[in-house]
Amino acid sequence: MVDNVIVDPSADDRLDRAFMALADPVRRRMIARLSRGPATVNELADPFEISKQAVSKHIQVLEQAGLVTRTRDAQRRPVHLNAAQLEALTAWIDKYRLIHEQQFRRLDALLAGIGPPGDEPVAASTHITGRTDKAGQKEQQP
Amino acid sequence: MTNPVTITAPEGVPYIDIEREFEAPVAAVFRAHAEPDLIKQWLGPNGYEMAIDHFNFTSGGGYRYIHRNPAGEEYAFNGVFHVVRKNDFAIQTFEFEGFPDVVSIESLRFEDLGNGRTRLRAHAVYPNLEARDGMIASNMEVGVTEGYERLDKVAASL
Repeated sequence: MVDNVIVDPSADDRLDRAFMALADPVRRRMIARLSRGPATVNELADPFEISKQAVSKHIQVLEQAGLVTRTRDAQRRPVHLNAAQLEALTAWIDKYRLIHEQQFRRLDALLAGIGPPGDEPVAASTHITGRTDKAGQKEQQP
Repeated sequence: MTNPVTITAPEGVPYIDIEREFEAPVAAVFRAHAEPDLIKQWLGPNGYEMAIDHFNFTSGGGYRYIHRNPAGEEYAFNGVFHVVRKNDFAIQTFEFEGFPDVVSIESLRFEDLGNGRTRLRAHAVYPNLEARDGMIASNMEVGVTEGYERLDKVAASL
C-alpha cells in the first residue's frame, strides 16, 4: 500500500528547492512583500541594504523554486507570487493537521454526549457505540 | 461548530505543540482521554479501527493500542504514563512500534476555561529533529494513502 504513494520525484525535487529558497530570511521577506501584490525588482530591493544584483539573484532562486513568476511587462517586469506552489508547500504539514482536526472533531462529537462526571449520559448517547462496563451494568439494572 | 487546532513544529527544536479548545467541561475532556471505550471513538486517523491491548491512564500505568486501516494494515503504539493528575495534567511516552526505540515524551494539559469550556495543550518532545519530521511525514503518508483509497472507491463506482 505504502509503495503506491511514493512521491513523484520531480515533485519532491520542487519541494526541496522551495524549502531551500525559503531558508533565507531576505527571500522570506520578499515572499511576504509579494503576498500583498506584485512588485518590481527596485521595489523589492528597497527595504534591504544589498545591491540590486544580489536582489536579482534572490529573485532568481525564488523563480527557480517556482515560488514567483515574472511577467514580460515591458521594462518593469514585475514579480508575482505563485500562490499554488506556496500552497503545495504548506500542504506538506497540512496532512498532519488534517488528521488532528478530524480526530478532534470526533472528540467534539463524543464530548457532546458526555455530561459532567457522576451523570450517566455515556450509555444514553447515540454518538457512542462502545460502553464502559460500569455503564453497561447500570443499564441492565431495572 | 468546529474550533481551530493550532499545530506548531518550530524550526531547529524537535518539538510539536498542539492546542485546541473544546465546548465541554474539563472533566469530560479528561474522561475522553482516560476511558479506553471513549478513546477508541476518537483517537487516530479517520476510518481506522482501534484495538486496545491495555490502557491504564494513571501515574505509573501504560498503554498499547493498534490502529487498523481499511486495507487491514496495522500500526501499533505503546507507552507509559509517567504522571496523571485528574482533570489537570499528564505526561506519557509514545512509541510507534514501526520505529522501535524512537520514543517521544508528551505532556498534556487540561485547562478549565470556565463556562463548560476546556483548552487542551499537548507538547511532544522527540529525540531529534529527524524523528520529529519523520513523524509528521509519516502522518502525511497516511493522509495521502487515505486520499488514494477514496480515489479507489470513486474509480470502482465508475
